[in-house]
Amino acid sequence: MFESTVPLPHYLMLSATLFVIGIVGVLIRRNVIVVFMSIEIMLNAVNISLVAFDHYMNLSSGQIFSFMVMCVAAAEVSVGLAIIIALHRNKPTVNLDEFNLLKW
Amino acid sequence: MLLKLTCMVPLYPLIGSIINGFFGLRIGKKAVGLVACGSMALSFLTSVLIYAGYLLLPEGQHVYEQIVWTWFAVGDFSVDFGFQVDPLTLVMMFVVTGVGLIIHVYAVGYMREEFSYYRFFAYFNLFVSAMLLLVMGNNFLLMFIGWEGVGLCSYFLIGYYFEKKSACDAGTKAFIVNRVGDFAFLLAVMYIFNIFGSIDFTEVMHAAPEKLIYGGEAVTIITMLLFVGATGKSAQIPLYTWLPDAMEGPTPVSALIHAATMVTAGVYMVVRCNALFNLSPLTMTVVAFVGGGTAIMAATIGMTQFDIKRVLAYSTISQIGYMFMACGVGAYTAAIFHLVTHAFFKACLFLGSGSVIHGIHGEQDMRKMGGLKKYMPVTYWTFLISALTIAGIPPLSGFFSKDEVLYHSLMDGNIAFWGMGISAALLTAFYMFRLVFMTFHGESRVDPSVHPHESPKVMTTPLVVLAGLATVGGMLGVPLFHGWHILHNWLQPVLHFDLASALQHSEHMLHAAGRHAPSWTHLLEPKEHSGWIEFSLMVFSTIVAVIGVAGAYIFYIKQPHLPAKFTAGQWGFNLVQNKYYVDELYDDVVVKPTVKGSNLLWKECDTKAIDGAVNGTAKAIGWFSRQAQTLQSGFVRNYALFIVVGFVSLLLVMF
Repeated sequence: MFESTVPLPHYLMLSATLFVIGIVGVLIRRNVIVVFMSIEIMLNAVNISLVAFDHYMNLSSGQIFSFMVMCVAAAEVSVGLAIIIALHRNKPTVNLDEFNLLKW
Repeated sequence: MLLKLTCMVPLYPLIGSIINGFFGLRIGKKAVGLVACGSMALSFLTSVLIYAGYLLLPEGQHVYEQIVWTWFAVGDFSVDFGFQVDPLTLVMMFVVTGVGLIIHVYAVGYMREEFSYYRFFAYFNLFVSAMLLLVMGNNFLLMFIGWEGVGLCSYFLIGYYFEKKSACDAGTKAFIVNRVGDFAFLLAVMYIFNIFGSIDFTEVMHAAPEKLIYGGEAVTIITMLLFVGATGKSAQIPLYTWLPDAMEGPTPVSALIHAATMVTAGVYMVVRCNALFNLSPLTMTVVAFVGGGTAIMAATIGMTQFDIKRVLAYSTISQIGYMFMACGVGAYTAAIFHLVTHAFFKACLFLGSGSVIHGIHGEQDMRKMGGLKKYMPVTYWTFLISALTIAGIPPLSGFFSKDEVLYHSLMDGNIAFWGMGISAALLTAFYMFRLVFMTFHGESRVDPSVHPHESPKVMTTPLVVLAGLATVGGMLGVPLFHGWHILHNWLQPVLHFDLASALQHSEHMLHAAGRHAPSWTHLLEPKEHSGWIEFSLMVFSTIVAVIGVAGAYIFYIKQPHLPAKFTAGQWGFNLVQNKYYVDELYDDVVVKPTVKGSNLLWKECDTKAIDGAVNGTAKAIGWFSRQAQTLQSGFVRNYALFIVVGFVSLLLVMF
C-alpha cells in the first residue's frame, strides 16, 4: 500500500465543504430536483470522510460503510424520484414553495 | 345427600330471572309466567327436600354449612360463598319460597294486561333469589349482598310504572332511605370483623360471649348499628317513611316485598344475631321502645288514611313494630312466629286489596268503594278471615302470635311495652275493620260507569290458600301447654343462649382490665311463667280486639256520619292524617338542605371553580399552541432549516 501524500485534513476540508454546499443547496434552492441533488452531494461528502478516515487509520470498515451509503443513496434516489413524479402529477411544477400543505 | 341441594334454592329463581329478563319478550307471556312460577315451585320443592335432609342430620348437629367456593381471601381475612341451613333459615326459606310461589301465581293473573310482563317477573324472581341469599348466607357479607339485592329489586319494582313521576320518586326515596340503614349495617359488619377476625355467623355467635363484655361499649355500638340497618329495611322509626310511598308499585310487589318478606329481613337479622343483642341490655331496650312506638304510631296513621293500600302499608309497619318489640324483650320465638303468621295474613290482605283494585279498574280510594261484598265473594271472605286474623280474634293464627308477643312484653319486659302493644292491638282491630266495612259493606260509592267483578281463578286461588294458612298457622305455636309450642322447640338450637357463662366471661374480662364488675345476679333469677296470667291476657286482648271491631262497626256501618263529625276541625286528627308531618320534617331538615347544598356545589364549586380550572388550562394550552403554530409554515425547506439549526446548536453544546 503506497503512502498518500495528501494529508487527512485536506480530505476532511473537502468533505466539509461539499457538505456545506449540500446544506446550502437544500436550504436556498427552490427547484425540487436541485434540492434532491444537494442531498446527494451531502451523502457523498460523508462518503469522502468515511473513506479518508479508513485510509488514515488502516481499516477497511469505512470503505464497506461507504458502499452501504451508496446503496442507501441508490434506494433513496428511486424513492425520491418517485415522490417527485407523484408531486409533479399533483401539481405541474417543480417549485418546492408551491408545496406548502404540510402544516396544521 | 339432600342437603347438597342447598345452593340450588336461590339458583332457580336466578335462572328464571335471567331467562325472563333476556328472552322474556321472545318467549311470550305464557312461557314467562310458567318460567317464573316454575322456578319458584322448584325452589319450594327443593326447600322441602332440604328440610327432609335436615331432619336426617345426626343427633346434636344443628347447622349444616355448604361452602360453594371461597369468595375472596386477603391475608387472614377470607370470605366463603357459603350457605347455612339451621332451623331459623328453614323457617325463612319456607316463608320466602312458599308465600313467594303463591304470590307469583297470583301475579300471573294480576299482571296479565301489562306489556312489560316479562320485566316484572324478571325482577320478581331476582328479588326472591336475593331474599334467599339474605336468609341462607352463612356470613354477614353474603347477607349484605342479599340485603342490597332485595333493596335494589324493591327499587326496580316500586318504580315499575316508571312513566309515572310519583312511582319514580317513591322508588328513589325507598332506595335512598334504605341506603342510610345499609350504611350502618356495613359499619356494624366492619366492627364485627375488627373484634372477631371473622364474619362467619357460626364463629361470631359462638365467640360473642367470650369476646364481648355484657353491656360493654363494643357490643352496644355493634348492635345499635345493626338495629339502625334493620330500621331502614324493616321500616321502623325513624326510617319508615319509604314504605307507604312504596305502594306505588304493583300490588303483588306490595304483598311479597313490602309485607311478607323483605321488610321482615330486619327482624330476621336481629334474631340471627341474638347472641349479640342478648349481651346489650341498652340496645334491647331501644329495640323494644322503637318497635312499640312504631306499632302505635303507624296504627294511628293507618286509621286516618283512605288509600286502601296505604292503610295496609301502615298496618305492615305497625306489625313489624310488634316483631321488634318481641325481639327487644328477648322473645325471639314470638318475633319469628309473628313474622310467619304476618307473612300469611298480610300477603292475603294485600292480594285481596289487589283483587279489589283489579275488580273496580284501578280505583284505590276507599271512599269510592263500598258494598263490594256481593260482587266479589271470594275476595270478601278471604279478606275478612285475614282481617280477623290480624285483629287477633281466636282461634286464627294472628291471635296466637300477637298474644305471645304481648305476653312476653309484659313478663320479660314491663308494663309500658305491654301497654303499647295492647293499644296498638286495639287500633289495629279498629282500622282493619274500618277498611273492611268501607270497602265491602254499606252502600256502594263506586263510580256508576264501573262494573265491579270478581277476579279470575288464578287470583282467587292464592287468596284462598293464604287465608287457609292464616287460619291454621297458629298451630305452630300453641300457647299454655308446655312443650306444644312447635316453633319454640324448633328454634331452640338457634336461640339457645347461656347467660350465666356469658356473664362469667364478662366478669373475667372486666377483672383482667382492672375494672369492677357490677352485680348481675338479678339477671339470672328464673323468670316466672304463669299459665293463668297468659290465659287472662288472652281473654283481655280478645275483648280489646272485639271492642276495636265493634267500634269500627258503629262508626262505619251503624252511623257513618259520626267519623266526619268527630274529626272535623280537630287539630289532633289533622296531625295524624298528615302522618305527623314527618315527611315534611324530613323534607325540610334533610332533603332540602341536601338539594340546596348540592345546588351550591354544582353552580359555584363545580361550574365555576372546577370547570373554570379545567377549561382555563385547556385555553392556556390552546393559546400556546397557536403561538407555536406559526413555526409550522408548510415549507419543506423551512423544516430542513430547523433540522440544520438543531444540528448546529447540538454541535455547539457538545464542543
